[in-house]
Amino acid sequence: MTAVVDLRGVSKSFGPHRVLDGVDLELAEGTVTVILGPSGSGKSTLLRTINHLEKVDRGQVRVNGTLIGYRQVGERLHELPEREVLRQRSRIGFVFQSFNLFPHLTVLDNVVEAPVSSQRRRRHEVEPEARALLERVGLGDKAAAYPRQLSGGQQQRVAIARALALQPDVILFDEPTSALDPELVGEVLAVIKELAREGATLVVVTHEIGFAREVADTVVFLGEGRVVEQGPPGQVIDHPRHERTRAFIDRVL
Amino acid sequence: MTTTSAVRPVATDQQPAAAPPPTTRPDHAPALTVVPRRNPWTWVGVAAVAVLVAMFVNGLATNPGWDWPTFARYFATETVIKALGTTIQLTVLGTVAGFVLGVVLAAMRLSPNAFLRSVAWAYIWAFRSIPLIVQLLFWFNIAYLYQSISFGLPFGPSFGSVATNDLFGALGAAVLGLALHQAAYAAEIIRGGILSVDEGQREAASALGIPRRRQFLRIVLPQAMRSILPNAANEVISLFKGTSIVSVLAIPELFYQVQVIYGRNSRVVPLLLVATVWYIILTTLLSVGQYYVERHFARGSSRTLPPTPLQRLRTRLAAFGTSTSRAAGTTTAGVAR
Ligand SMILES: Nc1ncnc2c1ncn2[C@@H]1O[C@H](COP(=O)(O)OP(=O)(O)OP(=O)(O)O)[C@@H](O)[C@H]1O
Ligand SMILES: [Mg+2]
Repeated sequence: MTAVVDLRGVSKSFGPHRVLDGVDLELAEGTVTVILGPSGSGKSTLLRTINHLEKVDRGQVRVNGTLIGYRQVGERLHELPEREVLRQRSRIGFVFQSFNLFPHLTVLDNVVEAPVSSQRRRRHEVEPEARALLERVGLGDKAAAYPRQLSGGQQQRVAIARALALQPDVILFDEPTSALDPELVGEVLAVIKELAREGATLVVVTHEIGFAREVADTVVFLGEGRVVEQGPPGQVIDHPRHERTRAFIDRVL
Repeated sequence: MTTTSAVRPVATDQQPAAAPPPTTRPDHAPALTVVPRRNPWTWVGVAAVAVLVAMFVNGLATNPGWDWPTFARYFATETVIKALGTTIQLTVLGTVAGFVLGVVLAAMRLSPNAFLRSVAWAYIWAFRSIPLIVQLLFWFNIAYLYQSISFGLPFGPSFGSVATNDLFGALGAAVLGLALHQAAYAAEIIRGGILSVDEGQREAASALGIPRRRQFLRIVLPQAMRSILPNAANEVISLFKGTSIVSVLAIPELFYQVQVIYGRNSRVVPLLLVATVWYIILTTLLSVGQYYVERHFARGSSRTLPPTPLQRLRTRLAAFGTSTSRAAGTTTAGVAR
């Protein structure tokens, strides 16, 4: 089985502060990986290095075998022109904690925008797909609404449809339910579970342990920029080997 | 005046219309009518201001000094209309050129390159420091500094040259001065608008792989427009009136032209009034335009946009129409239209 996402020795510092310290990860196709870890452990930064929203200082990120953000020439990595990076990103979905929908565009236009402008597809071809995606996240009747007319849970589902519209190889979720009222968390998690069931490759940063236990194939516990331990949820969540993991799980459960 | 006396008629009015709902709960609270607070001092203020307004209007109508017949005679004469055309032309050219250069300067100020940032900063600093009238006189007299302007490579050979005075007529100098002045202000307004857009918007666009130009034109700029527009409209209006300064270059724009006319016939006040009324009319048109353009860019900014004054008027009329037709017991469709 090939790795869709392959991180090798990824390190990243902000000034003197080393946020990621030699992270190695291999995520197989069709798997769901949940990343857990205390606040400030580098979860968001790790996710953002995968689509080059954050540049790495050392190490390599590959998606489906393609080096992300750089071109290798001998022993050196040359940063790609922005145009190339943007093209690579259009194969990687990203769902933000704060949704970041475009408030001046309708829900439908939010979903249609990227396939048309970054994958240069025809609008009339994309639009039926976008409507089908909205239907799939349960918002078929909201195509003409503006994001601010929707609840938080609905907005996040639109954001998921927007990411799906690019037919990405992998979708990255950065705490997709943390900005939501408790009663809205379920509807967003249900959509993500549905994607998992259909065999999409997902990486989810979340504090929802129940979700991790139910859906994850692999749970990765991150501490101070390192992978402390990883394995199936039954192992990492229920029988953690490391003291740090155990302390964290006890605190959030 | 007591509050209870104000409440009663409303309450008794309402009762027959609204039948009490069938109560299932025994301790159901009676429906209470809300009466907004009234401040008697408001009415004192309204009365005082109304008297002042009445005095002013009366003065306008009856004081012979305003000389309305002369006003009427010159208001739409050919020279005045032509001068108005020049004023509009100066405004349009100054605005367009000013905002185009303003976009470039704003982009430079937001650039990661320190040299571009500094140059833009220095430009804005310089042109905001020099009074417009001084700057205009400089451009008007540029031929004293540079007799001819040659085209060619920087510091290299020249392909040809023109006399400065041929290139810059008075009108050219005026447009150039207005545009350069306007650009400094426009740049800051545009930069402020761009900065007001949440960083997450560009990040999301970039995560979706949307090309750089498209990110700016489709995602950032339309949102920036919301804060750019009110300030930009202010600038256009002040530029429009600011064109009167150009009269120092003897350009026959509106203000210069009325000065010429009252120089001949000494009817200063009515002719100043001619210019004033034209400035007011055009500013009003600009304000109405601003309202609708702002509405356009407000899409999605709130859950529902408030109705426009026209829409409000139409619903009022419609409501009035139905209520009168009901009262009269006939269909008065004409009123509703
Ligand atoms: N742009 C930045 N500049 C400086 N420091 C940063 C920047 N982004 C993140 N950091 C720091 O890097 C560390 C890791 O941040 P990151 O957002 O990856 O943590 P996280 O695990 O996602 O935390 P949380 O659960 O709170 O979201 C934090 O200490 C943070 O302050
Ligand atoms: Mg985070």
